[in-house]
Amino acid sequence: MDLQIALLLSQDGITNGAIYALLSLALVLVFAVTRVIFIPQGEFVAFGALTLASFQAGKTPGTLWLLVGAGVVVALLDITMALRSGASRRIPRIVGWNLVYPAAAAAVVFLLKPSEFPLLAQIVLALALVVPLGPMMYRLAYQPLAEASVLVLLIVSVAVHLALVGLGLLFFGAEGSRTPSFSDASFDLGLVTVNGQTLWVVGASLLLIVVLALFFERTIYGKALRATAMNRTGARLMGISTVMAGKLSFLLAALIGAFSGILIAPITTIYYDTGFLIGLKGFVGAIVGGLASYPIAAAGAILVGLLEAFSSFWASAFKEVIVFTLIIPVLVWRSLTTRHVEEDE
Amino acid sequence: MRPRLILAVFLGLLLIAPLVASEFHVTLLNYIGLYAIVALGLVLLTGVGGLTSFGQAAFVGLGAYTTAYLSATENLPGWAASLGGSPWVGLLAGLLVTAVVAFVLGFLTLRLSGHYLPLGTIAWGISLYFLFGNLEFLGGHTGMSGIPALSVFGVELRESRKFYYVIWAVVLGAVWLTQNLLDSREGRAIRALKGGVIMAEAMGVDTARSKVVIFLVAALFACVSGWLYAHLQRFVNPTPFGLHIGIEYLFMAVVGGSAHVWGALVGAGVITVLKQWLQDWLPRLLGASGNFEMIVFGLMMIVVLQRARDGLWPILARLVPQREVRRDVPQGEVLPRKPVPESGLVLLEARNVVKQFGGLVANNNMSLTVKAGEVMALIGPNGAGKSTMFNCISGVNPPTKGEVRFRGEVVTNLNSRQIAKLGMSRTFQHVRLLPTMSVLENVAIGGHLRGSKGVLPAMLHLEREEEQRLLAEAARQVERVGLKDSMFELAGSLALGQQRTLEIARALCADPCLLLLDEPAAGLRYLEKQSLAELLRKLRGEGMGILLVEHDMDFVMGLADRVVVMEFGEKIAEGLPDEVQRDPAVLEAYLGGVD
Repeated sequence: MDLQIALLLSQDGITNGAIYALLSLALVLVFAVTRVIFIPQGEFVAFGALTLASFQAGKTPGTLWLLVGAGVVVALLDITMALRSGASRRIPRIVGWNLVYPAAAAAVVFLLKPSEFPLLAQIVLALALVVPLGPMMYRLAYQPLAEASVLVLLIVSVAVHLALVGLGLLFFGAEGSRTPSFSDASFDLGLVTVNGQTLWVVGASLLLIVVLALFFERTIYGKALRATAMNRTGARLMGISTVMAGKLSFLLAALIGAFSGILIAPITTIYYDTGFLIGLKGFVGAIVGGLASYPIAAAGAILVGLLEAFSSFWASAFKEVIVFTLIIPVLVWRSLTTRHVEEDE
Repeated sequence: MRPRLILAVFLGLLLIAPLVASEFHVTLLNYIGLYAIVALGLVLLTGVGGLTSFGQAAFVGLGAYTTAYLSATENLPGWAASLGGSPWVGLLAGLLVTAVVAFVLGFLTLRLSGHYLPLGTIAWGISLYFLFGNLEFLGGHTGMSGIPALSVFGVELRESRKFYYVIWAVVLGAVWLTQNLLDSREGRAIRALKGGVIMAEAMGVDTARSKVVIFLVAALFACVSGWLYAHLQRFVNPTPFGLHIGIEYLFMAVVGGSAHVWGALVGAGVITVLKQWLQDWLPRLLGASGNFEMIVFGLMMIVVLQRARDGLWPILARLVPQREVRRDVPQGEVLPRKPVPESGLVLLEARNVVKQFGGLVANNNMSLTVKAGEVMALIGPNGAGKSTMFNCISGVNPPTKGEVRFRGEVVTNLNSRQIAKLGMSRTFQHVRLLPTMSVLENVAIGGHLRGSKGVLPAMLHLEREEEQRLLAEAARQVERVGLKDSMFELAGSLALGQQRTLEIARALCADPCLLLLDEPAAGLRYLEKQSLAELLRKLRGEGMGILLVEHDMDFVMGLADRVVVMEFGEKIAEGLPDEVQRDPAVLEAYLGGVD
């Protein structure tokens, strides 16, 4: 290996690492607020990328039907609950978000021709289809179990993941897709050529991290999420709805996931089940940060990206083995540094 | 129908199934059996122990690949060929490899809190899967063929109808072993893992060891299933050992009823049949090929967890009349007792104990002594730090500074399990018992350190004599505290006062020389308090030292030999009950100052 290859691999590693970092932030966020270990994060990555690819291929993405279907189920459940508790003034809002919004999205997809949209509009439309699935998923799968143990929530996560992977196969088929690069520019820096997509990925990731930081520091909703993460009961006593906090954190996680998928789709071919491994690598990063610290999680994720890039050079067949075995020394280190006091559940 | 009759019918059907069923159905039953063995391990791990693994398929793979490698001799290098060739060598080697791998993985991840273990299992589940697929000598993704058939007593089992009997003998054997294990001293320790760790440690149970034990047992069951699979299929490739199959195993346990041994069989049956059926129908229905049963399984899991978290077995079991609860009080030889320290000897000596939680000083310079054959009462207003002091003394939450000596030994830095071993036993202010276990079994946990038989004898039920003596001892303590009539009821069904009394019986079952009681009379009625006081007087007469936290002043003053009064984490008075009652500082603490 010479310096040129090393730089090339580092570029690869940092690009993927930036994506893993974004995902690890979302995972830490969701865990802190809801105690859900968000295994289905990867499916948002795949759904985001494949929805965009469907638009570009002139097809109707199956995620649209998922949005419509999930919307109907949520609306039915919420309207029944609202009627039972005599809160019928909530109904217009429920209908608006869960029935009208998906119908509007369907109208846009069918009446206009998304395949002729500019890339940016296609991206926005893809996000508009995929991101609302986050809060709907929280409502359907997690909200009825909000008080259950982390373990039960984890099993639910795995179940949701499984169902979504199956749906992904149904919607998008077994073939993978790639989307065109955001930019074809490349910059020659002597030893190594940096291509435009890499800059896009790293730049967009950094931007998103800064925006998230501002959101958590400056806005009332960001503060509400932080409060819920620190002390659920206390936050509730202060009038912060845990349901709202849960939905909001899932919305953010879905946004981050789908956006990551759109960023990475021009670099890697995305299959219906690719998201899982990508999401898990974000997890390795999140675990490095103990599922609590954002900066350490991001750093861990970059490290995973680099490790993956270099191990694909030295022992490409064992790339996944190496990346997922990394978690073991990390866990050892965690077990030596955290003094764990057993809490009874 | 009686449960026994149902079991007999079930076994009869199992026995004749291969004689009457079609080839297809026999194969299906074979697979159900193979999966049930793995799911059974998960019942022990998840349902009983509260730990979860998504990586059991990887252990199945270890069992299958080890025997595939060793028994298909053409794979072996020349020098090792003579060692291999036999499925039985493959089995032993597989168990060994699995035990080592599981021990290392368990050792690394079990010490962490709940969710790290399942995450770890996902990671090594994937890791091992890719390893199987990428190792040249294991045939890579194409796999290995030429695995010999299994021979039992000279009969070569090439047909699935014959193999059926081996598989189901193993299933029933595994059920028997698991049930035996759960119904033993080690089993009670395992059942305490879910929600009773602090209590179990205070009763001398090494909970870390119990966790490793169930993790190993579950892994070894999975390994045996893999070994059977390899010799049934006589071909292995990485596909059946991937993470998704590992997830399916967990679903089987959860759907069937993860807290019940038979739930594993129900779950394996339901999921396997459903999968077969869905794989037939869904692709036709959806007009595409693929593993669409995943969607149904995923949704089904969510519904099961939301609506029937205990799975199908409890629902099925409700259709059958309840088995009669055993009513005979266990009889057995009296267990040997530790020598009782001489009356008046100082048992416990706490010197300048300081306990800080961050900036909050909960105990400041607390000192007290307890002698053999005396009742020492620790009193004070709410929030004075009495329970914190208890936790410092008993090792549940060790002090920040200061020294605690028990029977002359410094125990300041020992954990509660080590302190329990020295002869200190305690109750908890907020009762800590296992609500789904009977009163007798709860009390028997207290006797954990008085038995010594380990996991293997328990699984084979070779420890029945010791078990009988332990249960008899527990029964004597239950009678002694006056709970004889509720001995076989679930601990969770008792009233709070009785639950506190149960805790005393459990503490007594450990044969302690020092008893720490945290508000034992709270929630008791007058007559119950009288008999509790009677019991404590009797224990004192036998030479036991008793340290008592209590709010009921009549109870304390009528019983205690000496009293220590705490307020705001510090000792404000010490002495005979009469002296303390007249102490102005005490009066001010309790009644407020008079200006």
